[in-house]
Amino acid sequence: MGQLKYESWKVAWAFFATCMLLLVLQILYGFIMGFAHMGFDGLHEWIPFNAARATHTNLLVVWLLAGFMGSAYYIIPDETQNELWSLKLAWVQWASLVVVGVVAVIGFHLNWWEGRKFLEIPRPLDYLVVVNVLAFLLNIGMTILKGKRYTTTALTLMAGLLAAALLYLPGMITFDSQVIDSYFRWWVVHLWVEGVWELIMGAILSYLLIKLSGVDREVIEKWLYIIVGLTFLSGILGTGHHYYWIGTPEYWLMVGGIFSALEPLAFLGMALYTVAMARRGGRRHENKTALNWSVGCGIMSFVGAGFLGFAHTLPQVNIWTHGTLVTAMHGHLAFWGAYAMLIFAMIAYALPEMTGRTFYAHWANEWAFWVSNIGMIAMTGAFAVAGITQVYLERRVGMDFLDVQDAVQIHFFGLVLAAALFTIGIFMFIWVFAKYGHPLKMVVTAPGGSEPEPMPAAAASAAG
Amino acid sequence: MLSKSQARLFFLIATVGFSGVFLWLTIDSVRQVAARSNAENLTEEVVRGKEIWEHNNCMGCHTLLGEGAYYAPELTKVVERRGKEWMRVFLKDPQAMYPGRRKMVQYNFTDEEIEDVISFFEWIGEIDTNGFPREPDMAPAQVTTVAAASGPKPPAMFSTICAACHSYAGSGGNVGPALDGVGDRYDRPTLRKWLADPAGVKPGTAMPNLNLTDAQLDELTDFLMASSATSGR
Repeated sequence: MGQLKYESWKVAWAFFATCMLLLVLQILYGFIMGFAHMGFDGLHEWIPFNAARATHTNLLVVWLLAGFMGSAYYIIPDETQNELWSLKLAWVQWASLVVVGVVAVIGFHLNWWEGRKFLEIPRPLDYLVVVNVLAFLLNIGMTILKGKRYTTTALTLMAGLLAAALLYLPGMITFDSQVIDSYFRWWVVHLWVEGVWELIMGAILSYLLIKLSGVDREVIEKWLYIIVGLTFLSGILGTGHHYYWIGTPEYWLMVGGIFSALEPLAFLGMALYTVAMARRGGRRHENKTALNWSVGCGIMSFVGAGFLGFAHTLPQVNIWTHGTLVTAMHGHLAFWGAYAMLIFAMIAYALPEMTGRTFYAHWANEWAFWVSNIGMIAMTGAFAVAGITQVYLERRVGMDFLDVQDAVQIHFFGLVLAAALFTIGIFMFIWVFAKYGHPLKMVVTAPGGSEPEPMPAAAASAAG
Repeated sequence: MLSKSQARLFFLIATVGFSGVFLWLTIDSVRQVAARSNAENLTEEVVRGKEIWEHNNCMGCHTLLGEGAYYAPELTKVVERRGKEWMRVFLKDPQAMYPGRRKMVQYNFTDEEIEDVISFFEWIGEIDTNGFPREPDMAPAQVTTVAAASGPKPPAMFSTICAACHSYAGSGGNVGPALDGVGDRYDRPTLRKWLADPAGVKPGTAMPNLNLTDAQLDELTDFLMASSATSGR
């Protein structure tokens, strides 16, 4: 009751809280762009579209990374059964990540950036990110060594984080040729989201399934290997789908086409794996909300990243859809399903464990799951209609770009409505996060430690 | 059934094996890109143009080689599509060209910077992109009217700049009025004055001041006056 198992989990909580804040900002900038697409660009003087766009995507990257880091600070102490190597370093690392993030976002509004999609953070800040990630990896690595308990889940997570850090480096090399520049930019962006991030995702999902489903660790970790094996089998050469039209050799059409067509298999594996393990479970954990988010993550990552990715990855299709709103359609559901829902699953699982609260299925959290998912699917639909219309009118019929944009304005009205629904779901999740979890002041393993806030009876009974 | 160690072996072989293939293809690609992108034409101007492109995060609205954001037009073939003259006028004051429509930031580029950016786009346009962007395959057939066939040929300026908003002989934009027979409606000094300073003639007009040179003004006025005479109206 009200005990905190590890002091380290307070750092994890701080990272999760940062995630929630940055996500709210990300959504705000999404609305700015949605309205600009509808023709309401009143903020143009202060926040031109490119500033909003860089802020929107970089906040996503930063809050997902913060989510991965928070998850690692939660999982690694639990898996290795000891505190972090250095708590002080962990706090410094958290604070510096926040500072770098804030400085970067402010910089974007002052035309201080590198105009390279997804890697807009200016070079001096890149170095700080490297130092920051090194500090994080050192801490996690030393904790694993100190614990002397090497689980597959912990090692996979460590490997994924380490590879993600290494792959950040090619994005920092300067090239005179736009083609080579772009080539190595995808080493970072693609090999992150369709490579090592999936490794991190697999490890976190495994951890959650071990905890939530009660299925034997050996079984879950065996399948973890198969899935991450499939990820790399398809995902590494699948990078080729970014090399169709940028000036790279023609064989990428074949290589990228075949291997990126296999990429959905890894996500299908992830979906079947979560569903199968969740069904199979023996001593089932009571936290159904976290299980919902975990299974939802497996399924939506297949739909968004796997299926919708496949929808425009073949060169015959991609020659028309490349560089249109069709990409935004795939991007939104893919990132939501594979990574945002993963962090949500982790938070939904970790918060009650941290705060020792004894009920799990808060009504607002259950609703958050459905409302945000329905909202995001509707947003994807709006992007799809706008994107396909753009492909036909602009690319195939040859209408002028701006005339086509006028023609699809109405779909952005639909997008904004769907985004409003999505936002309601997110706020419900954040409301539960803010109201029922403040582990910072809690004392580790103090007997009968203070309950941060007792659950209201009504909410507890509504939760069943 | 597969054991955990076999599963681990599968993971290791898939990862190491395909990473190796990927590295090998990368080395080959970097080698081939030099020829496919005419690396010998990567002049200082092109590199400066790329720096301007990155410094202002142009990719935050536009796509280049299909990469970027979807708020503003694809620019891979922009030199071929618009012509350098149009780009020079447009980049001086982006909002003047499309009054009341989607805005581009006014970057106040110097003439030299504009030339650098154009050099960069010129270099990009020559890259062998495996056929991207493909020509529209469902475009309606171009109808050439009799007037256009018999009338004077529009100067390059007209087809690249004026036609963005005005139509002539059945082709062009529909933002401003059609220009067939415009010489019958106005006399030569009025037309020339209008082109030189639209807002001075009609305050609040959507017609942009394109800061045309005297030579350009003469050429366009000549054409507009001549076109009306042969159109027979």
